Amino acid sequence: MAGSRPRLFQGNEACVEGAIAAGMRFFAGYPITPSTEIAELCSVRLPQVGGTFIQMEDEIASMAAICGASLAGVKAMTATSGPGFSLKQENIGFAAEAEIPCVIVNVQRVGPSTGMPTSPAQGDLMQARWGRHGDQDIVALSPAYVEEVYFLTVEAFNISEELRTPVILLMDEVVGHLREKVTLPGPGDIVIKDRKKPAPGSRYLPYAPMEGEDGDIPPLGAFGDGFRFHVTGLTHGPDGFPTNDPGVGEPQIKRINSKISSRREKLCKAEELFTEDADVLVVSFGSSARSAKKAVKDLRAMGVRAGLLRLITVWPFPDHLIQRIAAQDLKAVVVPEMNLGQLAREVRRCLDGRATVIGVNRVAGRLIEPADIIRAVQGVT
Amino acid sequence: MGSDLTKYLRVEKLPHIWCAGCGHGIVTRAIVKAIDELGLDPVKVTVISGIGCSSRAPGYMNFDTLHTTHGRAIAFATGVKLARPELKVIVITGDGDAAAIGGNHLIHAARRNIDLTVICYNNTIYGMTSGQYSPVTPLGSFASTAPYGMVERPFDLCELVMGAGGTFVARSTTYHARHLTNVIKQAIQHKGFSFVDAFSQCPTYFGRRNNLREALAMLNWYKENAVSREDWAKIPPTERGSKFPIGVFKDEEAPEYCESYRKVIEKAMKEGDAK
Ligand SMILES: Cc1ncc(C[n+]2csc(CCOP(=O)(O)OP(=O)(O)O)c2C)c(N)n1
Ligand code: SF4
Ligand SMILES: [Mg+2]
Repeated sequence: MAGSRPRLFQGNEACVEGAIAAGMRFFAGYPITPSTEIAELCSVRLPQVGGTFIQMEDEIASMAAICGASLAGVKAMTATSGPGFSLKQENIGFAAEAEIPCVIVNVQRVGPSTGMPTSPAQGDLMQARWGRHGDQDIVALSPAYVEEVYFLTVEAFNISEELRTPVILLMDEVVGHLREKVTLPGPGDIVIKDRKKPAPGSRYLPYAPMEGEDGDIPPLGAFGDGFRFHVTGLTHGPDGFPTNDPGVGEPQIKRINSKISSRREKLCKAEELFTEDADVLVVSFGSSARSAKKAVKDLRAMGVRAGLLRLITVWPFPDHLIQRIAAQDLKAVVVPEMNLGQLAREVRRCLDGRATVIGVNRVAGRLIEPADIIRAVQGVT
Repeated sequence: MGSDLTKYLRVEKLPHIWCAGCGHGIVTRAIVKAIDELGLDPVKVTVISGIGCSSRAPGYMNFDTLHTTHGRAIAFATGVKLARPELKVIVITGDGDAAAIGGNHLIHAARRNIDLTVICYNNTIYGMTSGQYSPVTPLGSFASTAPYGMVERPFDLCELVMGAGGTFVARSTTYHARHLTNVIKQAIQHKGFSFVDAFSQCPTYFGRRNNLREALAMLNWYKENAVSREDWAKIPPTERGSKFPIGVFKDEEAPEYCESYRKVIEKAMKEGDAK
């Protein structure tokens, strides 16, 4: 089916349109550069489609409010940047533990602390994965193009609904503020997934795994639908009530981790370019990967056998993709990223000594240019 | 003869975690009694709490219940209520949960006048973490982190919520159980943000350090010190001592937030159609 005519969209705008297309009808947020346009646009667009926008008193409250709305059966999202992302962590952990579908957008800016509010960075890669206490696997997607922002926002909602888990959309200032041509899909062109619901009138055990495919993800009822169930951040049993019994608690904690890690291959999306015969691999994500792509193309034109692996899903980490490419004898792996080596650390872990990893790093808002990457590759070839 | 309140409880989850003599069970009973007397449909009642001894109450109550993070119950409740305005949303919180870590959410929900009923089980102490002072611990009394006596000035939670714009504000105590049930009933029926400051004894941690070791002594203390707001007004401020007022302090009508937002939706949809 034909979509609309191509139109210029800002990344943050594409995020809002993607979210609405995915069924988001509740947004709670607190303004922070460079994510603010997402809140502003939601305040315009949501009531137009019968949805609700609220500007909460802080990011902690925003994260709490989207959990509440989701438990009441409405797809919900919040958006922020570094300082606000830090504040949201406790309640993101709550959403993971209580298995509440929701989407958290982080348009990354330079940190630590207030850092450089209007400058891009990718320094929250590890915070997205490890920012909370306790063990919990997490899903995080990282777009590099405005059009991709739209589709990945839809995907973030779909994954959150299917896996009953919070999903992080890890953007950066470049992608958030960039304007690019986007062709919106027509109605019916995108797949929208909704959470499994318990059968009406059944005795509902909100945390009980079931038989069959995806049985490790229990259905989720909505408050007010008659199930009268309990939700807590305390370690709980299949009925949702707290337990101190390690025999009950351990399977629950393991399940919220394994429901993500066991689906690694299905969840991990990536773009590959010239990887089949590459002897130098460039691994990147988000806006840095745009420069990486240009660099790899230029290097090929120079006769260098460079290849690109652009991570679209950053968490769970695509160990299998890196290990597959590493099997073909690489001279080196070059990792451009706007932080001091967070992605490189993971890549090194996957390679386990099979190839040297060279970082190309910037941390104070200056973008990584293709020339920086070309220089790094030339240093090893 | 009262009706059987156990249908509002998850009896299979009992016994509860509270100490013998704790006031929190009395407040919980007053809430379900109020719900019963109002004849609310239990399927349309959602009870939401934060963290603390008080916040464990929803786990024993047979409704949709949500036990959230410390201080954040009102923010979660705001999401539930806006997503499904037809639900009666009751927040159960403690004095630490509501007024320290959650103080910001309390004043902003009051300011918005969103239709939530917040019941603060106020024992003037952090019960769950074994007796540290809270923002309402009276001057001069003792707590595990005020071993030389409390020197911070306390909040009067009712004044705080009224100042922030809450439209129904009342106080009662576990000694005045019938009165407590009545003010909770009025709070639930009120359209807009309602707040009940329910004094509830913690003999284990507040009482033990403050010469009120027995629950009965604490209940008697409530009996002797609580005065109606009419009588309170007659006592000269210098003679009030440890006395405190109970009753309904504010009951006003003002635009309710969910209704105001519903009008935003109607306007936006109409303008959207016109385009
Ligand atoms: C973020 C966070 N900080 C601290 C705690 C520890 N904590 C648990 S309950 C509590 C105080 C509860 O006091 P109150 O709200 O008055 O409830 P009570 O136990 O007295 O009923 C604290 C500090 C926590 N659970 N989470
Ligand atoms: S510690 Fe205090 S508040 Fe907690 S259950 Fe015991 S008496 Fe009640
Ligand atoms: Mg307390």
